[in-house]
Amino acid sequence: MTVGLSHRFTRTLAVWLALGAGAFCLLPWYFPQELSLLQALAGAFDGPDTASGLVQAVRHGRSWLWVAAIALTIGATALRAPASRRQGGVLVAGALIGLLGVLGAAFAIGARGWTWSWAQTLFGELAVGQAGIGIGGAVVLVALLIQLAAGAARLGAFRGDLFIAGAVVLSAALLALFVALPVGRALTGAFVDDSGQPSVAALFERLGSERLWGLACLGGGARCGVAWNTLFLGLLTAIGTTALGALIALLAERGPRRLARPLNGLALLPIITPPFVVGLGLILLFGRAGLVNQALEWAFGITPSRWFYGLFGLWLAQLFAFTPIAFMILRGVVQGISPAMEEAAQTLRASRTRTFMTVTLPLMKPGLANAFLIGFIESMADFGNPIILGGQFSVLSTDIFFAIVGAQYDQGRAAALALVLTLFALVAFFLQQRVIGRAGYATVSGKGDAGLPMPLPDPVRRLCLGLALPWIAFTLVVYGFAFAGGFVRTWGRDYTPTLAHFTTAFDVQWGEFGLVWAGTAWNSLFTTVKLSAIAAPLCAALGLLIAWLLARTRFAGQRGFEFGALLSFAIPGTVLGVSYILAFNVPPFELTGTALIIVLCFVFRNLPVGVRAGTASLQQIDKSLDEASMMLRAGTATTLRRVVLPLLKPALVAALVYSFVRSMTTVSAVVFLVTAQTELATTYIIGRVGNGDYGVALAYCTALIVLMSLATLLIQGLVGERSLGRRVALR
Amino acid sequence: MSGIEFVRVTKRYGGAGAPLVIRGVDFTVPRGTLTTILGPSGCGKTTLLRMVAGLDSPSSGRILIDGRDVTDQGPAERNVCMVFQSYALFPHLSVIGNVGYGLSVSGVSRDTTAQRARAALAAVGLEGYEARMPGELSGGQQQRVAVARALVLEPSVMLFDEPLSNLDARLRRSMRQEIRDLQQRLGLTVAYVTHDQSEALAVSDQVIVMNTGVIAQTGTPRELYERPGSVFVAGFMGEAMLFDGVAQDDGTVTVGPLQLRASQPVGAGRVKVAVRPEAWSIAREGAGLPGRVTGCAYLGSHVEMNLQTALGAVFVVSPDVDQNWRIGDDAVLLLAQRGVSIVVA
Repeated sequence: MTVGLSHRFTRTLAVWLALGAGAFCLLPWYFPQELSLLQALAGAFDGPDTASGLVQAVRHGRSWLWVAAIALTIGATALRAPASRRQGGVLVAGALIGLLGVLGAAFAIGARGWTWSWAQTLFGELAVGQAGIGIGGAVVLVALLIQLAAGAARLGAFRGDLFIAGAVVLSAALLALFVALPVGRALTGAFVDDSGQPSVAALFERLGSERLWGLACLGGGARCGVAWNTLFLGLLTAIGTTALGALIALLAERGPRRLARPLNGLALLPIITPPFVVGLGLILLFGRAGLVNQALEWAFGITPSRWFYGLFGLWLAQLFAFTPIAFMILRGVVQGISPAMEEAAQTLRASRTRTFMTVTLPLMKPGLANAFLIGFIESMADFGNPIILGGQFSVLSTDIFFAIVGAQYDQGRAAALALVLTLFALVAFFLQQRVIGRAGYATVSGKGDAGLPMPLPDPVRRLCLGLALPWIAFTLVVYGFAFAGGFVRTWGRDYTPTLAHFTTAFDVQWGEFGLVWAGTAWNSLFTTVKLSAIAAPLCAALGLLIAWLLARTRFAGQRGFEFGALLSFAIPGTVLGVSYILAFNVPPFELTGTALIIVLCFVFRNLPVGVRAGTASLQQIDKSLDEASMMLRAGTATTLRRVVLPLLKPALVAALVYSFVRSMTTVSAVVFLVTAQTELATTYIIGRVGNGDYGVALAYCTALIVLMSLATLLIQGLVGERSLGRRVALR
Repeated sequence: MSGIEFVRVTKRYGGAGAPLVIRGVDFTVPRGTLTTILGPSGCGKTTLLRMVAGLDSPSSGRILIDGRDVTDQGPAERNVCMVFQSYALFPHLSVIGNVGYGLSVSGVSRDTTAQRARAALAAVGLEGYEARMPGELSGGQQQRVAVARALVLEPSVMLFDEPLSNLDARLRRSMRQEIRDLQQRLGLTVAYVTHDQSEALAVSDQVIVMNTGVIAQTGTPRELYERPGSVFVAGFMGEAMLFDGVAQDDGTVTVGPLQLRASQPVGAGRVKVAVRPEAWSIAREGAGLPGRVTGCAYLGSHVEMNLQTALGAVFVVSPDVDQNWRIGDDAVLLLAQRGVSIVVA
């Protein structure tokens, strides 16, 4: 009556093997740097650059590619065998031969023959080298991974489920290739000295430098080490954002009703804001040509200076940028505190203040710790604010940038700095995970909480209003200035209203051949939108898939998989960017300078967003729905498509929106990867700011905010709400 | 031929060191009968059911369905359907979409799917509800949709996981009768998990009482109620009070001043006697066990009383509601033959 599972299994595997074989015969094996994909496809049977794997092996002397054909043939033979452990063994063996062979050869043989000199002495000189793996090689590798997964499933792993096996193996391979490999390569770069020899001494020399760890500023010296700067700033920012976030959260949840809505709106601001808006707004206020300095000069004759650039300005900017994040975390925490607890305390004759101090605040503790650590992590990973407001105060993320991009071009130094930053981030990250893991104060239970939340005690309410309201007003002023800055001629000198900056950036003319995008920003805008639009669905799909694997399936090695996925969340953007440029500028994965590497960077940088959105909503969907679908004879893939995905629609929207918007606004990771052809909006803005061209930069930011609001609405409209009838939760 | 057969099945969650949740279970469910798995929460009854379904796999032992070994097969391959405690109706699909889901994913044509789904809905009395969303149905209707969704696939075995626990008392009674009628009409093989002994007594051909991962006793409802094999089963199948007794060689058992004949053979020596509260008859005077009334509650159809006797506190349910007992009255208790069982101490 139904198609037997074993039959489906064989069919799926056969399709993948056929795809692999087809790719081996028909698609260009290597990645030709100068040609487009279409041009390369046309040359699949021609020259040594564009030929397919088969043609390379037969005609161009790259006989090591035969291993792929052998592996696929082994897989095809096993396909005929009856379903058994034996079949699984053959599949796994074939796949391993293929994967190790193809990847081994890819790493061992570079553009000019053997990569390692010992191989050359051992095997003699090679006649031909090879370029980086292209579309053909990639499809063959995927097919071999599926073969490996199928074999593992036949051997009893993943409960014999090919879909789960394939999903786990593929996503693990992707994480390994695009997170573990580059970061690993970059960080080991710290152990290689200038002549290219591995050396621990080089590491210590770099790590131990005065510039990194100096404490001169304590003794009145000029400045402290970069590492201390980073830690100190992170600490200050974390304290500030947590305190402000907590006050605003209390105000939004427990304060006057009419404040709740505007406060929630405030929380959305940083999501659609490009990272420089706050910094630029602050510059317009406090910079040398800013209003405050001008007023001081006018009133007291104080000469304007760059006093704002440095620790204080940077701290202020980060407070603006990250307080909303703390607010969002802590709002959830305050919502989660059961009013019954507070009511219990009050009936036990505690005053409101005492209840707040002894019940409400302690219940918030894990949330506060979480917000603190998140603020710390965000501050350390921040790149946009330090680059425009840091002045002489340098932090790790910007120092890494200058080590690579500046005149020094010192890979080893960049790697060492990246190592320090990664270590800091990892420590903070694991502390945060522990805090979340042990936050056992969840007071939301299945039972209805009838009680009313306690209003804030008067002293607390006064504190909240006194600090939070001015802060919110200040935020609005900063945003208002950033907005206004795009509409005046030159801030600080000539306040004539003008649209000139918009014309410079977004001019459209009617030329000889129709519409001409004459503005200087169009190019970067189109590239950004295009690449973000490609990356967003990939990121959302992979993120939700990983979330589902972690939440709903059980397989051997799941803890390791989860650890790997989590680990990639902790890598600061700057480190990821540096890693990509260091790891992917040589074969076998030669992607530097292409748009593909930027898309990949977007996908893996924003992956945590998708995973978190998926995990959160999977927790709210009763697991028995999945099981019911399985009982009704749906396979895993069908269940995912017809039951889980429709129910995950809100998460899907969230993941799509966030990854699109974050791709549009990311700076830290891609700043290393852009080229003249692939300039992005954010790098364009950095360039303008570097030239002191604030007007155009701000005009661009304004346009981006509008664009991203529209995109958010559009995606929500397209994907739509899930239809659930009247009662939502069926538990 | 047996519908479901368990052979020395064990189950542990976690690695080899983890404790066993199911500690070696053998049973059979004859074809076309309804077997209830009964036990307190945490006794492993739901785990047992999930292993029949294929949602969990046993750590050791074999599971056979219709004589075929399905131990290594997934839920989709077993020809088993399950009605979940939460019903697990897909909230994004309409009633007809839910019922047709299993056919649709098996590649049955759209028309046939709709037709058979309609027929299944008719079988549970839900014609006209096809287009509703699950959230727009009452609890009892949701329950019927869940049953129809399972029925439509014509499984050889149907599983129910505490299907009535989300319904109110009145609806529970009528739904359990509907399930029983449906099972007998279609000759289904059903395994049914519950923690409610009256539900188990009402619907079952066979009851399996579980306790801490092992089967405490298997039998018909009557056997289990009237001849419980252990203190646990006696206490779990309805109320029972335990008294120390001494069995003689001739088969009589002495409990304090009372003498009774064992309904099953017992060896001489110390025994426990389980007495159901309705087994006592109570009188103002005469021979028997004297006692004093310490509590009395009028419940309409019967009276519940507590008495202090030489055997300790005794709980009595008496159908005689006309007697006006007061606290402090003297009374005499006698034991009937029914409702008294000797269990191993």
